[in-house]
Amino acid sequence: MKNQESIHALDLAPVSKAESAPKTKSNLMQTFLSIFAAGPVKPGESYGAPGQGKSLAISLFTTAFLILIWHIATYLQWVKPLFLPSPVAVVQRFWEVATEGFANATLLEHTGWSMMRVFSAFFLAFLTAVPIGILMGVNRIVRGLFDPIIEFYRPLPPLAYLPLVIIWLGIGEVSKVVLIYLAIFAPMALSARAGVKSVAIEQIHAAYSMGATRWQVIRHIILINALPEILTGMRIGIGFGWTTLVAAEMVAAQAGLGFMVLNAAEFLVTDVVIMGIIVIGIIAYLFDLFMRYLERKLVPWKGK
Amino acid sequence: MSRLQIHDVSVQFPGMNGGESVTALSEINFQIEPGEFVVALGASGCGKTTLLNLMAGFIQPSNGYLTLGDSDISGLPRVACGLDLQDQITGPGKDRGVVFQKHALLPWLNVLENAAFGLKLQGVGKKERIERASYFLKLVGLEDFHKHPVYQLSGGMQQRVGIARGLTNDPQMLLLDEPLGALDALTREVLQELLLDVWRKTQKMMFFITHSVEEALFMASRLIIMSPRPGRITHDFSLDFNKIFLETRDARQVKSMPEFIAMREKVLGIIHGDEVLNGGAH
Repeated sequence: MKNQESIHALDLAPVSKAESAPKTKSNLMQTFLSIFAAGPVKPGESYGAPGQGKSLAISLFTTAFLILIWHIATYLQWVKPLFLPSPVAVVQRFWEVATEGFANATLLEHTGWSMMRVFSAFFLAFLTAVPIGILMGVNRIVRGLFDPIIEFYRPLPPLAYLPLVIIWLGIGEVSKVVLIYLAIFAPMALSARAGVKSVAIEQIHAAYSMGATRWQVIRHIILINALPEILTGMRIGIGFGWTTLVAAEMVAAQAGLGFMVLNAAEFLVTDVVIMGIIVIGIIAYLFDLFMRYLERKLVPWKGK
Repeated sequence: MSRLQIHDVSVQFPGMNGGESVTALSEINFQIEPGEFVVALGASGCGKTTLLNLMAGFIQPSNGYLTLGDSDISGLPRVACGLDLQDQITGPGKDRGVVFQKHALLPWLNVLENAAFGLKLQGVGKKERIERASYFLKLVGLEDFHKHPVYQLSGGMQQRVGIARGLTNDPQMLLLDEPLGALDALTREVLQELLLDVWRKTQKMMFFITHSVEEALFMASRLIIMSPRPGRITHDFSLDFNKIFLETRDARQVKSMPEFIAMREKVLGIIHGDEVLNGGAH
């Protein structure tokens, strides 16, 4: 009830000033403001928890607003289409590339190649980084061995060691996957290691007091406790993977979203550049949504 | 019957930043006999928890030995103790269950799985696990909560899961570090009575830490009072208020007995005197 009142108060202010504002306008305004109004307090919600409540409608509004501004800017020809093509042109180009292709490959092929590179690197990183991160957390020898390597190369930009990777591994698929793999490996391993460190010592003590062996403590306590951080590491890692994709596809790629964007940029086909960026963004975002879903399913006890 | 013995044990913690080392416990000689309910009472920093951690095997003594078993090392000279140490406590083990001050439950397991966790570690079959865990969950009044996630339970219920978990594992002794400290008065009394019932039924050795004088007197068959800087046992009383309760089932009656009140005043006097001697506890 209180909420509705507050919406009303917000709504009435401009109307009473304008006096003769039509009713439909007021309804529109009300709908618009209701996006930002906090929903009714749900039972069981705790007071003062930072940032609680839904934000989906606001996010959709932001997206729509940006596209609208983009449309207006191009429609009124504030910028030349060479620098910023209109949304319509980008959508048309999307359809064209999807059906006819660009640079000797269709959009599906470009996407397929990029996803193959990113996800095989991601998969390899998952298989190696998580066990090594866990071992770095529980074993001082492994920590000593890997710590200098990871800490040294982690802050380096992938573009800096790309030439070396190419000299060593050639210009084929291997060097592309390895470059992305390296970018994903470090954040994933460090997250797994941090996950190990986040275990409450009481839980470990409790397990030992119930007769657990060292291996059982690692498997039943440490690994499960590290799971939320491992999942966070996977989310951060895949982000780094997409970031590195364009760098990986800079050299001797025949297809791929990064290649497509670079190729289009060379010929100043700006609408393909923007379309490629949006496709990469959407794929990365969808995967992140999937990871968040996985997190809710796998670790509902997180933070409890 | 095995007993727990502490022989000339001292614990020093290294000083921070090269400062002087802190003596947490100094030359403790003490034993817990089979079937005893020992309560440790004392101001903060007197080494109660350090003593419990020693018994649990979570920390090692700087000097001396702890044993759990049949051998009797009490009164033996220090040298002789080194000869017969097959019972020496060198780390945590399933013969000593621990109930922690703050719940150390596993949030990804439900109530039943938490209680049966120790049995699972030992490879006990599922049917027997459920059977034994259910028995103790019923004992602590949680028979209707088997499938609940532990993080949805109240503090008192979580603590009951912790107690049931300790008991399901069937240890020789149960170490309880202020298990009721965070609970409201009513739940606290219910769990006090519950622990006494469990103790009578199982005849396990109990080592129970508390800050509450009343709780200490009510629960203990033996009460030790500890004093800080350096941590040591200064008083050792045999009590039977818990047995009176187990016969009469009237906790308030027991706690208002003249003897109980007199003892409470005496213990409070000891603790306060102690604080004055040490320039006041922090």
